[in-house]
Amino acid sequence: MRVTVNGDDRDLAGRTTVADAVVELTGLRRGVAVAVNGEVVPRGQWAETPLADGDRIEVLSAAQGG
Amino acid sequence: MIMDDLVVGGERFGSRLILGTGGAANLDVLERAVKASGTEMVTVALRRINAQKSADGLLDVVARTGVRLLPNTAGCRTATEAVKLAHLAREAFGTPWIKLEVIGDERTLLPDGVELVPAAERLVADGFTVLPYTNDDPILARRLADAGCAAVMPAGSPIGSGLGIGNPHHLRLLRQAVDVPVILDAGLGTASDAALAMELGCDAVLLASAVTRAEDPERMATAMRLAVEAGYLAARAGRIPRRFHALASTPDEGRPDL
Repeated sequence: MRVTVNGDDRDLAGRTTVADAVVELTGLRRGVAVAVNGEVVPRGQWAETPLADGDRIEVLSAAQGG
Repeated sequence: MIMDDLVVGGERFGSRLILGTGGAANLDVLERAVKASGTEMVTVALRRINAQKSADGLLDVVARTGVRLLPNTAGCRTATEAVKLAHLAREAFGTPWIKLEVIGDERTLLPDGVELVPAAERLVADGFTVLPYTNDDPILARRLADAGCAAVMPAGSPIGSGLGIGNPHHLRLLRQAVDVPVILDAGLGTASDAALAMELGCDAVLLASAVTRAEDPERMATAMRLAVEAGYLAARAGRIPRRFHALASTPDEGRPDL
């Protein structure tokens, strides 16, 4: 299935969850938040939230900013 | 210290300087500036994970220095976008505190008041402690305070401009218009700007570029700490009135006839 992660196209295996996508992208364990198709997915739901073809996933973390 | 604590959203702060983390050349420079500033709260942004930039390192600086986090919604152009980013920040950092930014354009980075008020109302309803970056407009500030914001944070001048406080009188009016803390946010360039903000009645100062982009951030952070304290004290010390002519400080009485 083809999804967009942080603006980049990616091919992921079927039955991939938000948690799988996060682990693939980053080793960070804290300070991470995820939105799928513009909606916030709470951390507690990552493992149970399946991704679908065409999903837009944003994986965010702390950055310097005023 | 002879300053009273700053109280925002029910939390007490010994320091009245909030430091933005944006603009520092690297995390070591940032950490030294945070320590020198004496701040107890720093802002952070939320951005796409980037393998080249260590988000962990920034959070390590925060942990080592023991400061609180104030996530921001920098770059948002609409209320909808800012509300979503605030919720993501709460997920990422586990704090309901948010520096709410909704900017009107890239050229000025000034707040868009029309988007700001509904965003603030929504976030207050969602349980956030909302600190909105706003204009030096007393009426808009009152709207934000009425919406339940924990403080209002007017710009002195455009973000990163270093122009200082463009309209001191508006800040005085704004101070009188609201009961919540007023935190001067954005545009300051040097220590006298921070002192003036406090003398005008602001409760605290939030700045980033003035320190992080100074040639010597650690030294400027120290200057800002002292300036905020000086301005706070001066504002409460009852300054002398301005006079058109001189008033001798040495008595004329007893002057010798030479």
